[in-house]
Amino acid sequence: MELFIEQVMNGIGNGVVYGSVALALVLIFRTTKVLNFAQGEMALFSTYLTWQLTEWGLGVVGAIVISMLFAFVAGAAIQWTLIRPMEGRSPLNVVIITLGLFLGINSLAQLFFGVDPQFMPSPFPEGSISLVSGARVQKDTIGLMLVLLVECLALWLLLNRTRLGLKLRAVAGDPDSARLHGINAGRMLMLGWAMAAAIGALAGSLVAANRTGFDATLMQIILVYALAATALGGFDSIWGAVICGLIVGIADALTIQYVDALDGIEVVVPLGLILVVLVVLPTGLFGKRTVERV
Amino acid sequence: MSLLELDAVAGGYGQVQVLHGIDLSVDQGNVAVVLGANGAGKTTTLRAISGIIRVTGDIRFDGASIVGRGPEAVSRLGIAHVPQGRGTFSELSVEENLRIGAINRRDNAIDRDLARWYEVFPRLGERRQQEAGSMSGGEQQMLALARAMMARPRLLLLDEPSLGLAPLVTREFFAQLGELNREEGMSILVVEQNANLALDLGHWGYVLEAGQIAVQGPAEQLHDDEAVRKAYLGF
Repeated sequence: MELFIEQVMNGIGNGVVYGSVALALVLIFRTTKVLNFAQGEMALFSTYLTWQLTEWGLGVVGAIVISMLFAFVAGAAIQWTLIRPMEGRSPLNVVIITLGLFLGINSLAQLFFGVDPQFMPSPFPEGSISLVSGARVQKDTIGLMLVLLVECLALWLLLNRTRLGLKLRAVAGDPDSARLHGINAGRMLMLGWAMAAAIGALAGSLVAANRTGFDATLMQIILVYALAATALGGFDSIWGAVICGLIVGIADALTIQYVDALDGIEVVVPLGLILVVLVVLPTGLFGKRTVERV
Repeated sequence: MSLLELDAVAGGYGQVQVLHGIDLSVDQGNVAVVLGANGAGKTTTLRAISGIIRVTGDIRFDGASIVGRGPEAVSRLGIAHVPQGRGTFSELSVEENLRIGAINRRDNAIDRDLARWYEVFPRLGERRQQEAGSMSGGEQQMLALARAMMARPRLLLLDEPSLGLAPLVTREFFAQLGELNREEGMSILVVEQNANLALDLGHWGYVLEAGQIAVQGPAEQLHDDEAVRKAYLGF
């Protein structure tokens, strides 16, 4: 039982990261209706930036904030220069661009920051807390959960309780109609990319701190799990992305613990989940089925 | 005085020219009706006014040229365009849809206007928290009108509001438009296939054919002109 709870806690620790990246994917999906395959690598680049800043002597929290600001601007710039010109063309064009970015940004990160594993300091206190049952939970797992919770809440409030959020959702729903209501759709789409990139920067930096070391492959497997969480959550739900991130993380940890058929079998979990969701529940656990009458 | 004037407006989509020199005007407080068959260029005319497509010629709103401005800018000048298909934000609630109409307003009368439109269209009030896409076509048309009016526009552009509506619903809708025009002096430019209803509402009518104005005149006169009816309006 103790082992089980510890594994669940481990899973939650990873799941929080999957959820964060899924959150960024959902944000872009909601505004532009494409999956940004470069999300993970954009986060990787920002993570290296955070690391570089700490190497130069900056505190890790300050480094993360600067890195998030950089990501915000870079995300907007990518949307402006590469995604916007594809407006009105096949969504496939955008998908191909994000795949190109995936490879390009990863190579750039290796070029700038090298291929050796690096060590990221953690913003959270070390050590663990014991639970009533005797199982222990790492303090940084709790820290990650709190960050994610705050992130979701802030995003939800922004989207549902502010004028800016209403504009963002209007553009996500029907950009042409939004324009006819005087909403600058281009600016909203850019903002969606910018926010997603900043969320990714935070997630990347925190997961790197959570590991003993990281290199340029850090985000690749995470993106697969995040995509699984996004699919399971139904692509357009913020809370769905987060909760499903946790589900994927826990499923993964339990598979590693209890299924020892093959080394690396746990990677089948996210892929299996994607498959099952697409076949059985195309709208995911939290996705809205669009009902439209004419 | 003309609120809206189109002067030799020509253009279309890419290589395909749809409008071949349209002259048209809407007087302050009047309802102008544009009739014509499918493909005559009715929708394109409205899209040209809103700045969705680029055109040559001149379009003046309240005396100032608005040619070359995008839809965001044109909307902020006070032109509300209800497109074909109604432009419903289906995943948002009815109330959120209405608030989008007022998104660029900075005054504090928005809630009062909301209450007012719920009174005019009680169906919208009953469903204010419901997803807008789940409403019937007639309800969505009412929502589109109310959403457009939430911007407090000076000119309303309507693209075939009767499309897909039951005859009774269409009549109610046009009655509502008439009321808006008479009681508030709302200037309206409406594109329609339902010539009978539209001409009853309008002051001035245009018949569009192959991207040009074929006939124009007082709505009443067009309505009663046997030759025009036979040639263009089919009733």
